[in-house]
Amino acid sequence: MTEHDPRTVPYREREESITVDTLGGTDEPLSGTELAPETELLTINLGPHHPATHGVLRLLCTLEGEVVRDIHPIIGYVHTGIEKSCEDQEYWKAITFVERMDYLAYYFNAMAYCMSVERLLGEDVPPRAQYLRVIHLELNRIASHLFWLGTAALDIGAVTMLWWSLRERDLILDLFEMSSGQRLHPRFFQVGGVFEDIPPGWEAKCRSFLAQMPSRIDQYEALLDRNEIWLQRMKGTGIVSRERMLELGVTGPLLRATGEPWDLRKATPYSSYDHFDFKVPVGTVGDNYDRYRVRLAEMRESLKIVEQALDGLPEGPYITTNRKVALPPRHELATSMEALIHHFKLVTEGFRVPPGEVYTPIESPRGELGCFVMADGSSKPARVHMRDPSFTNLQSLADMGRGSLLADFIACIAMLDPILGGIDR
Amino acid sequence: MPDQTGLELVAQRVREAVGDEAVVGTHHAYDRGSLEVAPARVHDVLTHLRDADEEPYGVLASLHGCDYLPSEPRLGVHYELLSMQSRERLNVKTRVTVEDPHVPTVTDLFPTADFHEREVYDFFGVVFDGHPDMRRILMPEDYEGHPQRRDFPMGGEPVLFTFNEHKLPRWYD
Repeated sequence: MTEHDPRTVPYREREESITVDTLGGTDEPLSGTELAPETELLTINLGPHHPATHGVLRLLCTLEGEVVRDIHPIIGYVHTGIEKSCEDQEYWKAITFVERMDYLAYYFNAMAYCMSVERLLGEDVPPRAQYLRVIHLELNRIASHLFWLGTAALDIGAVTMLWWSLRERDLILDLFEMSSGQRLHPRFFQVGGVFEDIPPGWEAKCRSFLAQMPSRIDQYEALLDRNEIWLQRMKGTGIVSRERMLELGVTGPLLRATGEPWDLRKATPYSSYDHFDFKVPVGTVGDNYDRYRVRLAEMRESLKIVEQALDGLPEGPYITTNRKVALPPRHELATSMEALIHHFKLVTEGFRVPPGEVYTPIESPRGELGCFVMADGSSKPARVHMRDPSFTNLQSLADMGRGSLLADFIACIAMLDPILGGIDR
Repeated sequence: MPDQTGLELVAQRVREAVGDEAVVGTHHAYDRGSLEVAPARVHDVLTHLRDADEEPYGVLASLHGCDYLPSEPRLGVHYELLSMQSRERLNVKTRVTVEDPHVPTVTDLFPTADFHEREVYDFFGVVFDGHPDMRRILMPEDYEGHPQRRDFPMGGEPVLFTFNEHKLPRWYD
């Protein structure tokens, strides 16, 4: 394969389209024509502008007939330099930036970042805030999996699934809007707690969602589980062994589908995940069907966590009472000089964080989301780095797709669930 | 995370197995044990920690770079190791100068390091010797400079509006 490695072609030449050359009337042979017809390889671009790539992901595929022989992902098309921008923001302003990395798991980005800063500050988060965080994280996990389910089924050709899953996702976004004012990128998590307590009526609305969601998941399963087209695309395709997945650093549902019960919520419980009773779904063979089943089972487990968290939601403050870190309540500003000073200092300068480095991993819908924060003692982070699971998981795509049919390979991309905002950051 | 004592024990074992000069220092703060090693010995230390150590760290969870400006050596490369058996994490870091930013690759030990090392090369200019495909990954291939270094300007292009489009130099090129 090495002599046909498309990466050996210089960058500028590779960008020139082959089609243009033949239209120009030159008789020069195209690459690969010197080979016998049955072994002729065709290198094509899948993406970057293709709905099946779930964003601007470009895959340089080498095809032999309809069989995929090699895949090279080319990324960076939506690189926006968020990590660099964070270095120019105060700690509490950077939350807005990190949320935009993995745009389907915004609460998780904010959580990893806030946990890192809290560790550096030595700040304790009140129990009510921890529970509110868990509730929103798990609702976000369901929303993310719902979006994945809809788009994945759309890639296989099941259009109904997209409308169904977006219908339920909207219910979750309504809840987000009610608690934070925003449907996407809510910036609800603060350093030291959450932005605001949940409003009256939120719990009832959430409970009505929890009550109807299990039957909706039943409907998804009824639509897909025994669907002939779905099964033929999913069963036995894209198999990667557990050992190979670990070598490639793959985490999350992809790893659990191979039978490895590795979930950071269980392995190293953070926030208040050790208070809740839930299971870690695992697969058996690690094919695409297992990946689908694991994610669907995870949605049910997340519902259980949200329900338990609502039942046991403790009373108390929703954000730390340390005024050096969290803004004082609005009503205090009119009466307390101290509160006014704290407010002014926090808004103009932000809080200073003692020098240090931390790496905080959490379990996002796609795997281990680690946030590395380096502080230099000023009020702006010296380095914010997200170990985004999509970025690492993308490396397993070549192993999944090599040797499979092109149509199965599309299913592999769908089951990988790459989020390009997270990959490129 | 290994505690302070555990970290010293790990460092001692690495010193015995790989060599005294391999370990530059140990840092323990914020529940995070960090083993600073000499850049040339990174591969040996990680080989030992993965295979031969009595508490092996089999998974490389993450690899990232950082810039310690103004202290020297400036560039840092962090390896976040994970042991799935003991559920512990260990940070191995190394520091190189801007003038000689060379670190041996660990892609043969941990294939996951492929993209991560390319990212560190892209943003910090640390060259990983022996990496099979040492190219930029997120920035365009013909980009100049390493944007995550702290002396790299934030920059930005002026925003084009109708009122200023003719004043911006050669905007039409």
